[in-house]
Amino acid sequence: MAIDDISFDVPAGEVVGLLGPSGSGKTTLMRALVGVQIIEGGSVEVLGEAAGSAQLRSRVGYVTQAPSVYGDLTVRGNLRYFSRILGAPPGDVERVLGEVDLAADGDALVARLSGGQHSRVSLGTALLGSPQLLVLDEPTVGLDPVLRRDLWGMFHGLAARGTSLLVSSHVMDEAARCDRLLLMREGRLIAHETPASLLARTGAADLEAAFLALVEREGE
Amino acid sequence: MSFSRTGATARRVLAQLRRDPRTLGLLMVVPVVLMGLIAWIFPAHDFDQYGPPLLGIFPMLIMFLVTSVATLRERTSGTLERLLTMPLAKADFVFGYALAFGGLAVLQALIVSGISFGIYGLQVQGSQALVGLIAVTDALLGTALGLFVSAFATTEFQAVQFMPVVLIPQLLLCGLLLPTEQLPTVLRWLSFAMPMRYAVEATMVVMESANATSRFWTDLLTVAGFAVGFLALGAGTLRRRTP
Repeated sequence: MAIDDISFDVPAGEVVGLLGPSGSGKTTLMRALVGVQIIEGGSVEVLGEAAGSAQLRSRVGYVTQAPSVYGDLTVRGNLRYFSRILGAPPGDVERVLGEVDLAADGDALVARLSGGQHSRVSLGTALLGSPQLLVLDEPTVGLDPVLRRDLWGMFHGLAARGTSLLVSSHVMDEAARCDRLLLMREGRLIAHETPASLLARTGAADLEAAFLALVEREGE
Repeated sequence: MSFSRTGATARRVLAQLRRDPRTLGLLMVVPVVLMGLIAWIFPAHDFDQYGPPLLGIFPMLIMFLVTSVATLRERTSGTLERLLTMPLAKADFVFGYALAFGGLAVLQALIVSGISFGIYGLQVQGSQALVGLIAVTDALLGTALGLFVSAFATTEFQAVQFMPVVLIPQLLLCGLLLPTEQLPTVLRWLSFAMPMRYAVEATMVVMESANATSRFWTDLLTVAGFAVGFLALGAGTLRRRTP
């Protein structure tokens, strides 16, 4: 996936949604931001440093689409290990357990958890050490509506305490929950504004229609 | 590299293995059963001939398999990628694994040597402890080779098949089947590049002489050197950036 000349802000205290159809380059962009993507040309800067540089590794939290935690460890076992790697303060494990609503399941084996709990363990791992920027790749995919609402509540809670969040999704109804939107299509950024301004600019009734209107306008 | 992160990784690997008692059991029992089979096949004199080298080779095979699959699981499950976005040095990861599996290797070597000498009646001229030391070093070498090789496998099927590729030629040329001096010239040269050759040679020294000679220590250090070398190469194969 080629991504062309993209620059955008994820201001502290805001939830920025990265939206676009499957295959539009959302994951590639996120991987480039956390420095795990091989980049053919150009450079990527995050928080004023080169993406993936050693100074950034404890300041940026990243959650992949598929939960990447150890199924054969308990929830607490996973968090404890990653917190040692991050050098997170003691007590962070219990804070995060509460934050992702898994305090009651701390001693459960991750492999035995439900899909939603499993992805919350993965999300919790990224919260350890309170990173400045959280990059979350489709964190709500496959979750039930209640859980999705709770997670978005949590994202805004984190933002209110000064964290910047970049959250990707391919469902447009989640766009309304973001403070600011990045719309991607075929590796290009076709919009970078607040949901309200996007609606005003396109005159569309909802964000899905606004996205379609932008796509059609591009085609002309 | 950081001691606390290496230690945390080793503890985490051991915690995972504790959740898998069957694997732990197999690790400890399989070499004992295989040595029992060897003791049963051969008359006592021949057992003393073939037993000691195999005492080192079996743990090497088993640790190779376990390590290559474990590391591959980290690569495919995304946990390795996640760790590499964190402040973890590649050496922390590799030496963490080596520490955890090295600990297991010590236990495994103690059990299989203890039972071989104590129950199966295996006899050597030299020190039994030195045979145990070779077994531990061999198991560590197996761990190092397994870590290195897992970089070239993208599925568990491939990883498992690297065992015959990497270890069987060594088994054939290490001097166990035929003394290395009797090998065709090219194969004899090749055997010098194979760590198992030095392990078997060291074992032969303990089998035949009461004292550890300088040849023994050079051989043992060579095997250890190969192990450290392959660990370093294994760390080199970890990539923070992937396509």
